[in-house]
Amino acid sequence: MDILNALVAFLNFVFVPAFGYGCQLALGALGVTLIFAVLRFSSFAHGDTMAFGTVMAIGFTYVLQANGITFGPLPTALLALPFAILCTALMLLGTDRLVYRFYRKKRVDPIIVTIASVGVMFVMNGINRLIPWGGVEEINFADGSRFLMEAAAFKEMTGLKEGLAIKTTTAVTVVTAALCVAALFWFLQKTRTGKSMRAFSDNEDLALLSGINPERVVQVTWIIVAALATIAGVLYGLDKSYRPFVYFQLLLPIFSAAVVGGLGSPLGAIAGGFVIAFSEVMVTYAWKKVAGYLFPADWLGDGLLQLLSTDYKVAVSFAILLLVLLVKPTGLFKGK
Amino acid sequence: MAAPFLIGEAMTGGYGPVDILHGCTIAVEKGQIAVIVGPNGAGKSTAMKAVFGMLNLRGGRVLLDGEDITKLTPQARVRKGMGFVPQTSNIFTSMTVEENLEMGAFIREDDIKSTMAQVYDLFPILKQKRHQSAGELSGGQRQQVAVGRALMTQPKVLMLDEPTAGVSPIVMDELFDRIIEVARSGISILMVEQNARQALDIADKGYVLVQGTNRFTDTGQALLADPEVRRSFLGG
Repeated sequence: MDILNALVAFLNFVFVPAFGYGCQLALGALGVTLIFAVLRFSSFAHGDTMAFGTVMAIGFTYVLQANGITFGPLPTALLALPFAILCTALMLLGTDRLVYRFYRKKRVDPIIVTIASVGVMFVMNGINRLIPWGGVEEINFADGSRFLMEAAAFKEMTGLKEGLAIKTTTAVTVVTAALCVAALFWFLQKTRTGKSMRAFSDNEDLALLSGINPERVVQVTWIIVAALATIAGVLYGLDKSYRPFVYFQLLLPIFSAAVVGGLGSPLGAIAGGFVIAFSEVMVTYAWKKVAGYLFPADWLGDGLLQLLSTDYKVAVSFAILLLVLLVKPTGLFKGK
Repeated sequence: MAAPFLIGEAMTGGYGPVDILHGCTIAVEKGQIAVIVGPNGAGKSTAMKAVFGMLNLRGGRVLLDGEDITKLTPQARVRKGMGFVPQTSNIFTSMTVEENLEMGAFIREDDIKSTMAQVYDLFPILKQKRHQSAGELSGGQRQQVAVGRALMTQPKVLMLDEPTAGVSPIVMDELFDRIIEVARSGISILMVEQNARQALDIADKGYVLVQGTNRFTDTGQALLADPEVRRSFLGG
């Protein structure tokens, strides 16, 4: 029994990666949940919005790098974020003008807007692949220092057999996500515009009677969604890599996260992000190493102690989504 | 006699192709209480909504302080000084009492603290519960939040659609007392009520509607004394 090494192995291979991934999913799910709360439809185009934001950030990163501007040990993409958010916001506001506003004015059923968003998703999907510096191939755009803490240095420091590595991008993800969430909640709880968004989400007719301008609420929502989607996409891309198809597939875990937490509830989206991330990582992780420290070798047999191959990680979010919809459709935090 | 402060004159119209109101007239003087009563389906709420611009009129007009506002949207009427408390979903349930009041004052750019203090003076229980979510309050307290929210714009005329629906008789009496207090501060009140007897008792003017037309119009007391109104609408 070697609890300490088991714990470090767990932290290194499960906790740290899942926590970072959870933050990225949470930011993505916050976007989905905000759209649902204010605009009252589930946006299937969200994964592609994230891809668009990321590919914009990659473009600006190249421009910055070409001009010799970097962010020291941190990724240059962080400096490119404001520009990328601006582009994404313009793109989303344009989409709203072209597509969603038409349906909003007609006050159609939410499902119709949702289906329209599937169309938007396909169009965005194509646009993302056509962007010259983007394309369909995998792009690694993380620069700066690779590790905040290296496995070897950790081993030396503690004298343990297992190392704990923390990637710079993971640390950046956690800090950025925390700042974003804090800023978002401050905005929703304390500012007049944020409160008007909540009021509009709560009771549209009464918000109108109170003189709240619905078009302005919608615009502010799209801008916030643009910021959240771009940040989520860039953080994911820094941590892993950018590929439009992968981002499109992120839609499933993000939706699951939003639904698990309760669609429309920002707190729920965050909780849901972590539930999905930890489930995915824990179900697809080969526990042999951790178990090896905890149990005698002859108990373990030859297997890897892996419940599912990583190829099936999508199935995990799908299974959770189904389970939640069957057992508790309103999610953990009472959505709509 | 001067023209009334708010008047919906000879209003004809409905939600769809069928007219519900047929030349119905509703008016209220400054600082007075006007009550619309009548049997179910008489078009009481519809008349109120017509005055507030929530349905298209095919005939007649609405005047506020002499200005023709027939073509204005409800939102524009709020800016002109009309407050409206709908019968149902009239509060933001997920928001605190104080946030409900803040949202009521959304169109105001000036300091809203004194108005909020006035609302809290009028409804002391709301001050106690100001940080509580409005959805957790009792029926009567919710109605107070709803009225308070509408008062936050400092309206000149307040329109209430069955403010006492679903509350106990004791709470109803208290709400009526508060409404009288609001009227005394110079705000005109136009309300639709199911509890006809109590409502007419506090009304300066009463309108009895039947099938979308004015059947009786008089002071509240006179209507209460009228044997025909008593027999047909007040249960003897």
